[in-house]
Amino acid sequence: MVTIITIYGLLGICLIASVIKSKDKTKKAFKIAGKALLKTAPSLLSVLGIVGLTLGLLTPETISGLVGAEAGFSATILAAVIGAVTLIPSLVAFPLAGSLLRSGATVMTISAFITTLVMVGVMTAPMEIKELGKKFTLLRNSLGFAAALIIAGIMGVLL
Amino acid sequence: MMEIFKKFKFPILIVFVYIGLAVWIPDAASRSSIVTIDYFKEMALIMPPVFIMMGLMEVWIPKDKIQKWLGSESGIKGAAISFALGTLPTGPLYVAFPMTATLIRKGASITNMVVFLGSWSALKIPQLIVEIKFLGVSFALARFILTLMALMLIGFLMEAILRKHPDKKWLESMSNEIEERT
Repeated sequence: MVTIITIYGLLGICLIASVIKSKDKTKKAFKIAGKALLKTAPSLLSVLGIVGLTLGLLTPETISGLVGAEAGFSATILAAVIGAVTLIPSLVAFPLAGSLLRSGATVMTISAFITTLVMVGVMTAPMEIKELGKKFTLLRNSLGFAAALIIAGIMGVLL
Repeated sequence: MMEIFKKFKFPILIVFVYIGLAVWIPDAASRSSIVTIDYFKEMALIMPPVFIMMGLMEVWIPKDKIQKWLGSESGIKGAAISFALGTLPTGPLYVAFPMTATLIRKGASITNMVVFLGSWSALKIPQLIVEIKFLGVSFALARFILTLMALMLIGFLMEAILRKHPDKKWLESMSNEIEERT
C-alpha cells in the first residue's frame, strides 16, 4: 500500500511538472512508456507464472522440512539454493526465517537463505536478461550467489 | 499471428505447466494460481506508473546530468546516490530493471547500477524493519553491512569484466532502441 501511494504520488507530481513544461514531450514520454511496456509484457507474464509455481510447490512448511534443524554445510547450501530460486515477499520470508532459527537451524543457514533470497533472482532472470542483457544478468546473479555464501560464512562465525 | 505466438511462447509454456499441475497436484495448482493472480494485481497497479516514469526520465533528464551523477567518474558520490535511490520504499525488484536499463542508456556506470539494484532488493528500509523484528538487530545489521560491501565489490568486478568483454548482442539491441526513440 505504501509502495503504491509512493509511486503514484511521485508520478503525479512529475506528470504535472512535465505537462506544464511541455505537452509534446509528455506525449512522447507516454509513447515510449507504452512501447516499453508492450515489449516487456511477455517476460513480465513469465515471471508471474514462475513465481506462482514456486510458491505453490514450495510452501513455508516444505522449506522448513528441507532446511530445518539438521545443521551442517549441506543444509546451508540447500538454503542458499532455495533462496536463489524462490521469490518470497519479505513479510513472509523473515517470519519464516525467524521460526527456522528458533527451531534449530544455524545462523549460517538462515543468513544464506535470506541473502540469496534478496540478492539472487533466478525467477526474475528472464526480465533482467531482456532489460540488461544475458552477460550482466549471469554475472550479477552468480557473483551474488558466491557473495551470499561468503556472507553466510562470516555471519555464522560472528553471531 | 505467428509472431505473437513466438513472442509469448514462454508464458504459453507456463500455462501448459499449470494445466499439467492441475491434473497431477491440484492442491499446488490452486495455491499457485492464487499467488499468480495476487501478483498480477500488484503488477497491473505498479507497472504502468513505473513505465510512464521511465518515459518521463527518458525525455526530461539530460544525458550529461546522469553521466555526472551516476557515471564512471561519479566516484563515491555516485555510489551513495545509487544506494540511497535503491533503499527507498519503491516495490519489487522487477520494477527496477527497466529503470536501470534507462539509466545505463543515459550513461550510468555498471558499478553504480549494481549497487542500485542490490540495495533495491537487499537493503530496503521497510524490509530492514521487518528483519530486525524477526531476526534481531545484530543479524540485520551484520547482513546490511556485509551486503553493502559485497555489492561494491561485485560492481567493480562486473564493470571490469564487462569493459573487457562487452555484451555485444545487448549493446546492439540497445542502440536500436535509442534510434527508435529519437
